[in-house]
Amino acid sequence: MAQPRKAVALISGGLDSLLAARVIQQQGIHVEGINFYTGFCVEGHTHAIRKKDQAKPKRNNALWVAEQLGIKLHIVDIIEEYKDIVMNPKHGYGANLNPCLDCKVFMVRKAMEWIEAKDFDFIITGEVIGQRPMSQRKATMPVIAEESGAEDLLLRPLCAKNLAASKPEREGWVDREQLHGFSGRSRKPQMALATEFGFEEYAQPAGGCCFLTDAKYSDKLADLWQSRGTRRYELDDIMLLKVGRHLRPRPNFKIIVAREEGENKFLQGYRKQFTHLFPTSHLGPLVLIDGDAGAADLELASRIAARYSQGRDAERVDIEIHTLDGNSRTLQVEPMRSGDIPGDWYL
Amino acid sequence: MTEHQLDARRMLCPMPVIRTQQKVEQLQPGDTVTITCTDPGALHDIPAWCRVNGHEILDMQQLDDEIIIGVRVGGG
Repeated sequence: MAQPRKAVALISGGLDSLLAARVIQQQGIHVEGINFYTGFCVEGHTHAIRKKDQAKPKRNNALWVAEQLGIKLHIVDIIEEYKDIVMNPKHGYGANLNPCLDCKVFMVRKAMEWIEAKDFDFIITGEVIGQRPMSQRKATMPVIAEESGAEDLLLRPLCAKNLAASKPEREGWVDREQLHGFSGRSRKPQMALATEFGFEEYAQPAGGCCFLTDAKYSDKLADLWQSRGTRRYELDDIMLLKVGRHLRPRPNFKIIVAREEGENKFLQGYRKQFTHLFPTSHLGPLVLIDGDAGAADLELASRIAARYSQGRDAERVDIEIHTLDGNSRTLQVEPMRSGDIPGDWYL
Repeated sequence: MTEHQLDARRMLCPMPVIRTQQKVEQLQPGDTVTITCTDPGALHDIPAWCRVNGHEILDMQQLDDEIIIGVRVGGG
């Protein structure tokens, strides 16, 4: 008996990739999932950090989708390679610092490398024409196929009938008639198909899974790049942008103020990498100093830390400062009043 | 059958899962790996990853600040 054809499905954890994979599974194709971790994925991190979110389920949606489908899931770390996509997107950014089209090309190219290495036959995505303003348009579908190198080995089961037949369709590996012709931003056809398949629960539909689509996050990333004079970043940089209040009181430094116990604990892990300070006379946040801060800057940062401590209304708050050279000292400062912190300091 | 350790402390999910996957790829069926993590998300994600990929969870312990998960590598 002939071995079934094998497809790898790009699994984001959302509804579209769940449905696309199930459509192909139903045609007797062996499907496995692949999920790419860029470092910007919303999944998990902030839930794990913030104490108030710790009661929420910490489900990884891609793994959950794989369980619903009964398929293997391969999670691939692309943090390093992805930097070039974020820093130099050939097709530019979307509304924020989201390089969606370059991102999709890159992920399909990585999937192509994967199927070549694993001897799989083709790639499936949950793309739908017109669903996303930048990466899922009629004009961009061939761009993704061509620039990724996947060409006609890329099959979009949810909108295949609106596109030229891919090799799996032409060769009869899958029946084109059983594929779909979804288009546009409406989610109704996907929801109807989910019901038909018996999927009663699924993650937030497409989008919202990447911090780069978030305006506030993008502002903080842009500030990081501007302050350093380069777009280079490390994983710790982009993780820290997800945590705490970020204020830039002066061009030469910014501060990251923990907002609650979970963030305080998380930021403690960075004490060796940053000059940091915290109140000792009152309960209050750990504050990291990012940049080159002089004595006056540290005093200013201490006054801000005091403002976010339980001593905010006290005359004086003791702040312990630890500098990167291993020295520490205590400053007694007057807390800044909330109205005294200019709004444009907040990133 | 060999026993292995994996330190995934201070990593946030899905990194503990990715490190587990990379470790398991180097091992033989029946080998075991004990993963030490600090992200509570690992309590859900590592077992889920094991279920979908055919590996067995041997035990899970949640200590004060650390989570220890034992995994036996499956044959698939």
